[in-house]
Order: sequence, then C-alpha cells, then structure tokens
Amino acid sequence: MPNPSDRRYTKDHEWARRDDGRVTVGITAFAVEQLGDITLVELPAVGTQLRAGQPFGTIESVKSVSELYAPLSGRVAAINPRLETEPELVNSAPFDTGWMIAVEPSGDELEQLLDAAAYTALLQDAH
Amino acid sequence: MSQPLSGLLHHERPIFAYSSPGRTGASLPACDVPAVDAQTLWPAALLRDQAPALPEVSEPQVVRHYTRLSQWNMSIDTAMYPLGSCTMKYNPRLADWAASLPAFAELHPYQPEDQLQGALQVLHELEGMLAALGGFARVTLQPAAGAHGELCGLMMIRAYHADRRQQRRKVLIPDTAHGTNPATCTLNGFTAVELPTSGEHGVLEPDTVSAALDDEVAALMITNPSTLGLFETHIVEIAERVHRAGGLVYMDGANFNAVMGKLRPGDIGVDAMHFNLHKTFATPHGGGGPGAGPVGVTAALEPFLPIPTVERAGDRLRLDYDRPRSIGRLRSFWGNFLVLLRAYVYLREHGAAGLSRVSELAVLNANYLRVQLRELLHVPHPQHCMHEVVASDRDLRPLGLSTIDLAKRLIDYGFHPPTVYFPLVVPGALMVEPTESETPETLDAFVAAVRAIVDEARTSPDLLRSAPHLAGIGRLDEARAARKPRLRYQPDADDPR
Amino acid sequence: MRDLPHTEAQIAAMLAAIGAPSVEALFEVIPEAARFRGTLDLPAPLSEPELRRTLQQLGRRNTVAGADDGPLPFIGAGLPRHAIPAAVDGLAARGEFATAYTPYQAEVSQGTLAAIFEFQTIVCELFATDYANASMYDGASATAEALLMARRLTGRPRALLAAGLHPEYLQTCRSYLSGLGDEVALEALPSNAQGGTDLDALQAQLGADVACLVVQTPSFFGVLEDLAPLAAAAHAHGALLVAVCTEPLALGLLQAPGRAGADIVVGEGLGLAGPPSCGGPGVGLFGASGAKALRQLPGRLVGETVDVHGRTGYVLTLSTREQHIRRAKATSNICTNHALIALRFTIHLALLGRQGLRRLAALNLAKTVYAQRAITALPGFSPRFAAPFFNEFAVRVPGGDAAALVSHASRQHGIVPGVALGRFDDRERDTLLIGISELHRREDLDRLVAALHEATR
Repeated sequence: MPNPSDRRYTKDHEWARRDDGRVTVGITAFAVEQLGDITLVELPAVGTQLRAGQPFGTIESVKSVSELYAPLSGRVAAINPRLETEPELVNSAPFDTGWMIAVEPSGDELEQLLDAAAYTALLQDAH
Repeated sequence: MSQPLSGLLHHERPIFAYSSPGRTGASLPACDVPAVDAQTLWPAALLRDQAPALPEVSEPQVVRHYTRLSQWNMSIDTAMYPLGSCTMKYNPRLADWAASLPAFAELHPYQPEDQLQGALQVLHELEGMLAALGGFARVTLQPAAGAHGELCGLMMIRAYHADRRQQRRKVLIPDTAHGTNPATCTLNGFTAVELPTSGEHGVLEPDTVSAALDDEVAALMITNPSTLGLFETHIVEIAERVHRAGGLVYMDGANFNAVMGKLRPGDIGVDAMHFNLHKTFATPHGGGGPGAGPVGVTAALEPFLPIPTVERAGDRLRLDYDRPRSIGRLRSFWGNFLVLLRAYVYLREHGAAGLSRVSELAVLNANYLRVQLRELLHVPHPQHCMHEVVASDRDLRPLGLSTIDLAKRLIDYGFHPPTVYFPLVVPGALMVEPTESETPETLDAFVAAVRAIVDEARTSPDLLRSAPHLAGIGRLDEARAARKPRLRYQPDADDPR
Repeated sequence: MRDLPHTEAQIAAMLAAIGAPSVEALFEVIPEAARFRGTLDLPAPLSEPELRRTLQQLGRRNTVAGADDGPLPFIGAGLPRHAIPAAVDGLAARGEFATAYTPYQAEVSQGTLAAIFEFQTIVCELFATDYANASMYDGASATAEALLMARRLTGRPRALLAAGLHPEYLQTCRSYLSGLGDEVALEALPSNAQGGTDLDALQAQLGADVACLVVQTPSFFGVLEDLAPLAAAAHAHGALLVAVCTEPLALGLLQAPGRAGADIVVGEGLGLAGPPSCGGPGVGLFGASGAKALRQLPGRLVGETVDVHGRTGYVLTLSTREQHIRRAKATSNICTNHALIALRFTIHLALLGRQGLRRLAALNLAKTVYAQRAITALPGFSPRFAAPFFNEFAVRVPGGDAAALVSHASRQHGIVPGVALGRFDDRERDTLLIGISELHRREDLDRLVAALHEATR
C-alpha cells in the first residue's frame, strides 16, 4: 500500500494529516503489517493534552502490545468511535477509516515531520 | 449428538449442550438426619434466587465427553513434546501412585501434628534433598509455581534489605528472561531494569551488569542456563560484582535440568533460587499446572522464609509458625503437597548419580539436535548449547514463511511444536528442548520431520501456511477470539455444527 | 534408570555426531570455578518395589481417620471434605490431560482448552459473574490477586477485610501487598455479635481511598453473610466488593455473590475437586463482572473462535494482559496455574449438575444443623455466633481450652472434633470450629456429640 502524499509521517510509523483546523492521526500500512491482526486500540479521552513524542494510547494484536506516540502536541478533539468495536478497520484501511484521533495542534510541529517520499525512503533503507 | 470426524476423532460440543432437564450424574447418600429447609432456616436475602445453569448429564455421558476431549490433546504420553523452557520429560507413574495413596491424599493439614508425621517427614526429606542439590541452607516448599517462587524470593530479598535499613527498588534482569521475572518485580513493587545480552556470545557480560549497579539495586535475577540454552559463563564474576554493590542474586531455576550435580547455585554466589518441580522433577504439567516452585536460600535469607517451616524436635517433626522476621505466607496451608510428594518419589528413585545422568543425557540430546538442526535452519548460537537449542525462521522468511508455519506443520508429522517466538532476543525463535527421556530414534525422527518441512517450504509452501492438516481442527482465528471475546458457553449461541 | 533410554552405543554415536569426545566435554562450558566436584548428599536410589515400601511406611506414620470405619475428622476451615466420584479420578488421571502443558498450540490442545472453557462457564454460573479465568493457585492467592485487581480498577490503595476472612488468606494478602508502598493498608473490620460484618464499623472506615471490601461467605466460622447491604455500602463510596467463598457447595442454596452485588468473586475449589491432599494442590476460582474488569483479570483466559474451515474451537485469548507479552506491565505474574484441579472441579460439577448441587448442599446443611443443635445442647457448649451457617460452625467449649479438647478426643476417642481456633487467634482459645459434610453419617455425628460430652464432663 503506497504512503499517501497528502500527509506527514513519523519514524514511529504514525501519519498526520491536516483536515481544516485539526490534524487527523493514524498508523501506517507498514506498521499494521508488522503488528498483524489488530485486536484492540486504546485511545485517550477527548480533551486530553498530548505532547509530541509521548505515548497517547496502545494498540494490541493477538501477541503484542505497542504504544502509540503523538506525532505532534495539542488537544485531542475527537477519537475514532468505530475502533472500539471494529479494531480490524486499522488492518483494512489504515490510512482512511482506520484513523485514530483528531488533534487541535498547539504548534507547527506538523511541518517538521517527514513527507511521503522521505518516509518511503526510510522504509526502503531499513530493508 | 456429536458428529464423527473420522472413525476415531469426534467433534465434541461443550458438556452443556448434552444437558436434559432432570438428569443427573450424582450419587448421593440418603439423608439420615431430620431434613431441614433453608427457606425457613435462613432469611430470604440469603437464598439463591436463580439456580446455576450446570449441565444435567449422566455419568456415562460425562465419561465419554471428557474421554473424547482428552483425545484432542497432544501430551508427553502420546508424542515428543519439545516445548523449550518447559522440560516436558516423562512423568513416572509411580509418583502418581504415591499421590493417590489415601495415607497422603486424605490428610487434612489441620489435623493434629502427631497424625501427620509421615507427611512432615516427606517435606523434611524433600527440603534436605533440594538443599543438597542447590547448595542452599534452607528451602521453602510453599510456592505453587515458578512465578510464585520468584515472588517469594523477591519478598525475602526485600525483607533482607529492609532488615539492613536499606530501601533498594531496582532488580536487574537480562533481556533473555521469562516474562514472569519482570512481572514479578512489578507485583512486589520493584522496578525491573532490562540488561542487554546482545553480544556475539549471547551471554550476560560482567561489565553490562556493573554499568547498571548502584545502591538502588536490590538484586539481579538471572536464568542459568539462559533461555537461549547457553550457560552464563560469567556467573561467578557477575555474582561477586552484585554482592560488592550490596545486591543479591536470584536465580530462575527453570532450566536446572541441565546442571544437576554439575554445579550448585548456592556455592557460586546465588542467594536464592526456585526449583520448578513440574519441570526438573517430572511432576505432571496437568494441562497448565499445578506445579510447585520451592525456593532455596542461603543462611543470610533463612530468617525471612515463609511460615510455616518444618523443624525437628527430638524424634518428632513440627511446624514452626513463630518466625518473627518471616515474610508471612504466599498461599494457604503448606504448599502443593501432592506435587511435592511426586517430586520426592522422583528424587528417591534417581539418587545423586541418577540425577547427574539425567542432566548429562538432557544436554546430550539437545546438542545432538543442535548439530543436525543447524544444517536445516538458522541457529544463532551454533557452537554449543546446554539442555535446549534455539533456532530461528531467518531462512524461511524470504519464502514468505515464518516460525508459526513450521511449528504447525510439525503437528502433521506427529510432534508437538517447540516453544515459538521466545526468547524475544531471537526474531522468529524456535526453542527446542528434547529432555533426557526421548530416545535417539525419536530425535532422528524429529530431525527428519524438520528436514521434510524445510524441503516443503521450497517446493510447496502452502502446505506449511495452511497447516496443520491432520489435527482434526485447522488453524484457529485468534484475532476473532480477542476482538469479540466469548469466554463462556452461551446456550442461545450453540454452534450449529 | 528406567526413564533414561540411551544405550552406550547410542551415546557414542551421538557424541561422534556432535564432535565431542565425551559427555563430560559438553559441560566444559561451565567454568571450573563454578563446577561442583563433590558428591551430592542424597539417599541411595531405590527401585520401584523398595520405593513403594518406603512410601507405605511413611504413610503409616500418618493417621488417616475414617480408615477403620471411624468418623472422618470434623475439619473444614477452608478445605471441606466431600465425596469425589471415581469418575473424576479416572478421567483426570488420563495422560492426555495430565501430561500436557499450557495449551499454547491450540490445534493440539483442544481437549484442555474446551475443558477450561467449561470450567470458566461453571465458575461464572456458580458466582454469577460475567467472566471467570482459567484458575489461580488457590483461594488465598486468588484473594490477594482480587485485591490487587481492585486497586488497579479504582486507583485506590486501601482495602477493608471482614473479620470472617480465613486467617491464612489475610496473611497471604498482607504478604502480596508488602512492597507496594506505605499508603497501602489492610484494615480488619470487627464482626458484630451475629458473626457478620459490622455495618457501622464498615461505614466508619469507608472513604475515597478505599479500593475494596473483602468479605468471605460462608465465613471462616461458617457464618453466612448477606452481601447486598455490604455491596451497597461499598459502592456508595466508589469501592468494590470482593466476595470470597471457600465452600462453593454452599452456592447450591446460598445467593450467588454476583447477584448480591459483588464485583469480584474468588474462592477455593478443592473441596469439590479432590481429597484434602494435605492442603494442596487446590484450585483458585476467580470471577469478575463489568466491562472494565475484563482487561484487568489476572491469569489465562480461554475463548471460543473458529478454525479456517469455520469449525468451532478454543484458544488462549486476551493474552496481552499476561506476563509473557506485557512483562513488567502484566496484570499478574502468574504463568502455570492449576488447570488439572480445575478439570477435576469441572468434571465433578458436571456430574452433580443443577439438581445434584442443590441436593448435596441441602444434605450438608441438614447434617450440620443436626450436629450443631446436639452439640450446643451439651452442658457448657454454646454457639460462638448466632447467625445462620452452612456446613461449619464455631462453639465455645466448657473449660475454655479447645486445643486440649481436640487432643483428648483424638487420643481417647479417635475423633478429631474440629480445629481449635487458638492456633489462629489467642483470644479464641475457647472456640472449636467444627466442619461437617455428607461424608459424616448420623452415627458419626452421634459419636462426635458423645465424645464431646464425655470429654467435658
């Protein structure tokens, strides 16, 4: 699955896309492939203040638990309500309906993240 | 009711599905005293308002059901079960016979002590034998399992430091450790600090330990031989350094089957260690337990042993509950007595020379597998091993296959899979522990199966990917189980099979 | 050694394949400074016939009451004795169950997994909880784990323990909580004159820092507690109710703890799973209710799923709570549990069934009431508590020395009349705890009454 060019990426395999005043956050197809079948996504409450690089939730597969790291600082404005009962959306559509949270950013950290080309190159270097 | 899958294997539904109202498998004595009615004797609030939905089945139904279920299990009695770190050796029948004797099984631990002298004698002798094997001053038989022993050990270590008015919060643990080690630390309020063993030799280096040592370190927890099947060659030096820094050394004895009579942990700086009686001393694993995890300690830790201890008083044995510095207790009564009794039987049958021979043949079997498996699979440490050998799926991954596929295909060849994806430091690990009770012929058959599967991986990889084919049930959907947990039988959801 | 199959020729061939000159060479990786070069001080090995004789000799040094048609000991105290059908022994002894391990490889462990699934269902039914796990070590460690789970769920440090909790469970909880910080406190509540939990004392202790109230019913003294008002009081302060049951047979008649409002229910199942076994191995029962509870449960869970062909099967599930995945952040350190005793419990409960459980409970109650009325009518004997009881009751004995009475009755009459409670609490030296079950015939009960009468005349 190609990495869409309409958004930014982190080395921890999160993506972040500006949607009006908010930034939508999810994990990349590469991350999902590494994790396998997702069974649970634990997300913060709306209103939680996030700091870039700090954990904001956990994602579980059958045999692993991983932290989710905030790509940028800000306030959680929304969470994806479907993931509570349909965590498999992260597997089937990681860049789309498998999104996790929407953040009201408190700074301009988004612009400092990797673009799609840089992130794709990072994945290729790792192989 | 059930549909036969083949002539011998049956699909079996949960016992509740065979229920018919009014049926029972109970055989109860008639009431020979005046009957009473709870409804008149007890206030209404105490009375059960909804009977538990237990099955209503006859004894023959129960016997057939559980016999059929048993046939769906692979076990030591039916196949080689090389589950690494679990020491799946033959479980002697004599030990089961002993545990079935009414003279032991029917005892209540609160009977007067003079009625329990034989049982106390078993405990006293077993403690002595384990102390001799481990080089320890005393052994508590109370812990119910290895992880319970770890908890007991860390509690004693905490008490030891507190006795010296020291608060030490950290426990150092190599990254090869069983998950129970860090989990036990948290359970008892310690912080687990992970130490890398990533060096070329796969063992813990003294300098790695030194770099982490400070006056906050309560103990090092180390498994030796490690879960890589490697002997921690620097153990003496490491123990000295930990002691110099005021810490203690706890050894996870899960792999003690490799070294009986070859080293005594208490002699080389280990302050406390649990024995896994269900591993090393062949008590049945029971489909997940019960086991027993006695903990041996040096004299410095003796005051902190859990209560009660068994003490000699003249020609009698007694239980000592009056131990002011004890950590208390970790469970009810004295321990898993019937498991302890089975281990006692194993030790008495083998004696010193027999136990050393057990370790020698366990190590011989593992090394025999090592030299053959390294021709077929990537073995990260190919030069040597103790009681188990760790391979990996490195060479299968380019074929789009992984450890799980090899493991599941082994089932079709009649072998229980090894431990998979552990230790975590080896990606795609396959941890094989044959134990001493497997014949060389069986080991050859196991190697031949691995060879055939590695060939299949190249010629027909789908055979692996869709394995097992001959287990009566195919690969199970674990993601579905975790996403929509169904953790009990629901009558309305009875499967339509 | 009969379990060691290697011939000398095979060992030589294996060493040649390995490229090692001797078996001893395989141990050269152990540095000399670590090697043990002495001889282990162990008794000489024994053959099977010799070892059988040794074990029988050891067995004869124990007194198995009831062996010569005398009464079984009148002891429960957390470990009641019930009749265990031979089918339980026969089925659980099958090597396919006994010599398998934790069902990590589901496709070759469906027997164990299906049985655990049934066990979880039966525990849920008995306790009336949403969930039950695959077993703990015993009732005491299950109680301690329940306390830890209540702390995780509430984020609060304190726990209040009712006076009727088994004293060894209390000690176990104390040990488990040691090391978790100074703010952790276990406070024992007094009992009221009836033998139940004193509601006023409870109200005085409840507060915003209390994680849970722990109440055993039937209590250590056999006393039945109405859990509903205790649950209401705890819940009003945001605390959980942990119910403990060491005699699940009572639940054939007694209101299910979950129905009465308990959030976590734990217990000991050995009484219905096997003989007293000198105290172990037993089986810890662990149930809980509520959506938040599921992911805070300690220990293993088995769940239903399907295979690639759509057939129903069972797997270990929600393992991310456990030590082998979450390591230092696991909900517990438990790995090996007590699956085989859980299987025995399951088989026996399946045999008893819905009706058998209730009838057996009623039989136990009738015998206990018969004995209690006769004993408390003896001169000098009086009930320690007035509340209803199940198959155990405490009496004050004339002369004030229950231990002496036990000693006298067991020596003079071959009857162990109960447990003298002074061994747990010096203030209860005059109290005898008497346990009764269906295994005591009327003549046994009459002999008990006569022995107590004679011994105190």
